[in-house]
Amino acid sequence: MTWVTRTALAAGLAFLYGPILVLIVYSFNASPLVTVWGGFSTRWYGALLSDAPLLAAAWVSLKVAILASLLATILGTLAALALERQGRFRGRALFTGLVFGPIVMPEVMIGLSLLLMFIGIGLDRGLVTIVIAHTTFCTGFVTVVVGARLRGLDRSLEEAAADLGAAPARVLMTVTLPLLAPALAAGALLAFTLSLDDLVISSFVSGPGSTTLPMRLYSQVRLGVNPEVNAASTLLVGLVSVTVLLASWLTARRGQS
Amino acid sequence: MSGRKPVGLFDRLVRLPPFLWLAAFFLLPFAITLKISLSEPATAIPPYLPVLDWRAGLDGWSAFLEALNFDNYQTLYADPLYRDAALGSLAYAGVASLILVALGTPLAYALARAPSRWQPLLVALVIVPFWTSFLIRIYAWIAILKPEGLLNLALRRVGLIDAPLTILNTDAAVIVGLVYAYLPFMVLPLYAVMNRLDPTLREVAADLGAAPSRVFWTVTVPLSLPGIAAGAGLCFIPMVGEFVIPDLLGGSETLMLGRVLWTEFFSNRDWPLASAVAVLILAIVIGPVVLFRDSLRAGEGEAP
Repeated sequence: MTWVTRTALAAGLAFLYGPILVLIVYSFNASPLVTVWGGFSTRWYGALLSDAPLLAAAWVSLKVAILASLLATILGTLAALALERQGRFRGRALFTGLVFGPIVMPEVMIGLSLLLMFIGIGLDRGLVTIVIAHTTFCTGFVTVVVGARLRGLDRSLEEAAADLGAAPARVLMTVTLPLLAPALAAGALLAFTLSLDDLVISSFVSGPGSTTLPMRLYSQVRLGVNPEVNAASTLLVGLVSVTVLLASWLTARRGQS
Repeated sequence: MSGRKPVGLFDRLVRLPPFLWLAAFFLLPFAITLKISLSEPATAIPPYLPVLDWRAGLDGWSAFLEALNFDNYQTLYADPLYRDAALGSLAYAGVASLILVALGTPLAYALARAPSRWQPLLVALVIVPFWTSFLIRIYAWIAILKPEGLLNLALRRVGLIDAPLTILNTDAAVIVGLVYAYLPFMVLPLYAVMNRLDPTLREVAADLGAAPSRVFWTVTVPLSLPGIAAGAGLCFIPMVGEFVIPDLLGGSETLMLGRVLWTEFFSNRDWPLASAVAVLILAIVIGPVVLFRDSLRAGEGEAP
């Protein structure tokens, strides 16, 4: 590596991590003023524990993220199997668009259109509608992760099982899925963090009593910088980073296994 | 192989659940949005007219179709607010995409040239912020950019400025937020392309006496152009409809379509107009979506 590429890397990572580090450092600031350092303190973390609406919102987010990541993993894996193992089938272009569209489609559109449909069919807004919405936008991300692993998988194992007379369902359950396990876990973890993090789509499809953690944080953030939000953010960033590093590690192992 | 028929049936069973789910919760909602964008606002629940009366049969349908109108789209066209928001979205997303190309290309190149045992870790380091709470990462910039924030504090310490600069709630803050939030989205597909480039091309150029910077500009960059275009396109699409960034970092005059849609829906409760804005966003992004759908799959495949 030359000094040019080294500098580019260092500058890029500093840009990406600087603001997050500032946030973490100031979550331990004793002073409520963000730019005045008043000494080390964990008082804002203590304040979090007695913030009942925030804890309730965190609980809603956790429930939604678990359910949505489970559903998205099932649907996303099936979609990846279809795209990587079924060659050309009728409606493949439409299928591809449906799976990957939600990844790039602006969130306001997904949120608004889902809400209009929920109201059209008379489904009350709440936990169920948030889970449906999150599953919809997380599925494509799972397909990306699982599909990448499927592409790198040695097909001869599946073919051997089929030649030995195993039915397609049996090949899937006893050969393909076990080989995919790390990618399934990685996909599920990523869907979990995406769901945990979503603000815009949740704002459209949630109802009274189903405020998620990002929605709660957002309503406080709009009032300005607040050290308690810094503390909550630090915990969330920590949780998500650990999850993502775990997911990266699980997918990185594909080369070795 | 024991017969084709059971395999065909099995394949269809694999495809069906994701297809049905996404048709019901991604495709159908857009159709409904399109329909409501052709309705009139009303002070009822749901707050729009006409509502299709299924039970009235054919008469219900014809009454429904006759009452559809294009007023909302005329409003979008005639009212400068929406025109400015559309142009604003294009301008912010366009400028941010260009800056992302300028920053993302050297970063992706540096990743691709890093020692291969370090690459998985470095790629993970670029990805982690992307998955880390979007809202929080944008919120972090408020403390940095505000008048008494860390950037102004640092600039004053160094003696570069006497009075604090107003950055927060300006166009500059929105651009900084967009570039910051979408940098990993730019770098990953680009890294995927650069990582696959044949190293012998670079070596040949170097052996023939080209300086490293010349190799970069005449070999790496031209060969990476598809990746650069894909990365910029993939960032441009969601940026057009961005809401959180203009809302938190922009000023009251920062007009972007995502924010206008939000206001029409949550503050003005004009659902048909909000739907028309959504259709307008779709009209803007559908071209890039179709153009870049393959790179989305390939490029994102390198994500964790």
